Amino acid sequence: MATNIATLEGRGTTKSASSADIVFAPLQGSGSVSWSEIARTAFDSLLANRVRSFLTMLGVIIGVASVVALMALGDGASQSITSQIQSIGTNLLFIAPGQLNRGPGSGNIAAQNLSLDDYEAIVALKLPLNGVAPVAQTGGTLVAAAADKQVSIVGTTPSYAPLHSFEMAAGTFFDEVQARDGTAVVVLGANVAKDLFGSGQAVGQTVRLNGQPLRVIGVLKAKGGGGFGSVDDNAFMPIKYAQQRFANMRTADGNKYRVSSITLSVTNAQDIEGVQGRISALLRDRHGLDSDGSEDDFTILSQAAFLSTLNTITGLLTAFLAAVAGISLLVGGIGIMNIMLVSVTERTREIGLRKAVGARSRDILLQFLVEAVALSLTGGLLGLALGFMVATLVTLSGVLTASVSLFSVSLAVGFAVIVGLFFGIYPAQRAAKLNPIDALRYE
Amino acid sequence: MASAVNRWHDAIGYPLQTISENFMITVTDLKKTYHMGDIEVNALNGVSFEIKKGEFVAIMGPSGSGKSTLMNLIGCLDTPTSGTYVLDGDMVSQLDDVELAAARAAKLGFIFQQYNLLPRQTALRNVELPLIYRGISGAERHRRAAAALEIVGMKERTDHKPNELSGGQQQRVAIARALSGSPSVILADEPTGALDTKTSAEIMDILQRLNREQGLTVVLVTHEYDVAAYAGRVLTMRDGELVGDEKQTPRMTTQVVTMAGVAGK
Ligand SMILES: Nc1ncnc2c1ncn2[C@@H]1O[C@H](COP(=O)(O)OP(=O)(O)O)[C@@H](O)[C@H]1O
Ligand SMILES: [Mg+2]
Repeated sequence: MATNIATLEGRGTTKSASSADIVFAPLQGSGSVSWSEIARTAFDSLLANRVRSFLTMLGVIIGVASVVALMALGDGASQSITSQIQSIGTNLLFIAPGQLNRGPGSGNIAAQNLSLDDYEAIVALKLPLNGVAPVAQTGGTLVAAAADKQVSIVGTTPSYAPLHSFEMAAGTFFDEVQARDGTAVVVLGANVAKDLFGSGQAVGQTVRLNGQPLRVIGVLKAKGGGGFGSVDDNAFMPIKYAQQRFANMRTADGNKYRVSSITLSVTNAQDIEGVQGRISALLRDRHGLDSDGSEDDFTILSQAAFLSTLNTITGLLTAFLAAVAGISLLVGGIGIMNIMLVSVTERTREIGLRKAVGARSRDILLQFLVEAVALSLTGGLLGLALGFMVATLVTLSGVLTASVSLFSVSLAVGFAVIVGLFFGIYPAQRAAKLNPIDALRYE
Repeated sequence: MASAVNRWHDAIGYPLQTISENFMITVTDLKKTYHMGDIEVNALNGVSFEIKKGEFVAIMGPSGSGKSTLMNLIGCLDTPTSGTYVLDGDMVSQLDDVELAAARAAKLGFIFQQYNLLPRQTALRNVELPLIYRGISGAERHRRAAAALEIVGMKERTDHKPNELSGGQQQRVAIARALSGSPSVILADEPTGALDTKTSAEIMDILQRLNREQGLTVVLVTHEYDVAAYAGRVLTMRDGELVGDEKQTPRMTTQVVTMAGVAGK
């Protein structure tokens, strides 16, 4: 027996003394699991059930992808609308007769109480403006040799062109002299020129309006579909000519020339409200409204106010769509909770074992929480990639430029992580609370 | 440690000198009652004994006699209904969850009848598990786990998954896992219950070697006399009570050479 032990110990020292020395040397650990180990275990277990993990992530993938794509599309749409509106000029104010903003039916454009004298009074105020132009608008048919066309006729002054950033495709806009004299000249919108003269030269030709000849002196470059009845379908002529040729150019009382609107551009954006106030006061005074305290009989529209209203609307719309998409993120979160609960049940023995070898409840909690977040975060990143692809495809298709903003990226990914944490905490707590013996006994 | 001893001393009012430095496990009037609905099961009915450092003890008894319940208490996996338990000078019966986990990690290594290896992990990674929870970093953890596998003769199988190993090999890996945290006590609840006689002998040889060469205290539950024969002392349980406590001359394995052979394969 004694020899046996000696042999045994002899073997021990020669054969495995070094390994025993290593194993039974004092341990110096940090005392807590490293994050990299937690992450490794999490990804091991997610990869062990690839299909299941992917299906679980799908809700988050779709949610994040739609949030990112919709926000990109919304931003793109709003930018495109903004740039179209800005293409008609900068810092514009439109003054129109009647109250436009009282709903359909009550709009009283036919009030015809805005007059050329009002326009001249505004000019006389010497406000800080880039320019101001009256518009007398009516309709008519332009007749050329080969074709005729119903157009919207705009009688105005030369300053109308720079106000609306007009660019000439051919010829010139009419000048001050022609405006003062009321010369019979016309500048055609791009569509009008095309419909009347085809691809042929329009400048220098004569068109007839109510039997009277008008010389075409310019053609505008196409502007494309703006919101306000496209400029491309208009014909522009000196306001004085229009007043002389059309019967409907008088105010209601018949004493003055009416204008359909007055357009002006304010030099500095911060002066817009001040200018608006002064014009409003002037017109109220001139129309005798202050004496009996009645409402304005004109409307001043501000391009800036219009833009900001529009941006508010598109912003709201985008937020609404993103919120709907966010609901699918929530549903994805519930899927994660479901699968994590299944996982806790499946791995009951494993949890018991981990506790038996020294894992604290905290370690188990963290483990399952990290797994849930790993699911939602991986889903979030995949969804981000998908949303990015959708936005890129839409941009490539040319409909509009959808750009994914850093804000929507951080919102979507942040939300995905929060969803993982929120829906992961309950299963993780269940796992952490498991009694090690019950867990080890579990079949 | 001193404060823990004092706590223990204060708690049960024993004179300090009775706490022998030589005792690894001291249980006093340990009781465990399970409640199954209205029925109370007294799984342990007041058990007292001491186990010295470096002892190899087998706990025997019929099924349902409370062996596993006792092992779970000794293993700090559960807390007693009443009674006291001192492990290596620490008053375990007064520890909270976090301290129990720390005690398990620092002092104990478990071996189960069903091995309980993580199925998707390699042998090496399974053995590393206790070290992970003690925050031992990569290279050191690797070195220790590999050494533990070498001790149990599984050096050549470090990259095998459990389903690529035989039952005996899996139990060796489980022993390596129990060793890797450098414990003072190995607790084995029917470690050979699922193994054939020859493999059982190999496993017992490893446990005996660890007890003799490394001075590890080994506490083992079995209902096989062949297996209990390797121990130097046999405790016998019946109906939640300790009914026998006998010293014996342990059987020495003759399979050492075979084992070393396996180790070298
Ligand atoms: N978690 C438990 N809940 C209820 N009863 C239990 C539980 N664990 C063990 N018991 C009961 O306690 C007694 C002792 O069980 P156990 O310690 O497992 O016995 P052994 O390991 O000696 O076979 C048995 O009657 C068993 O049914
Ligand atoms: Mg049992």
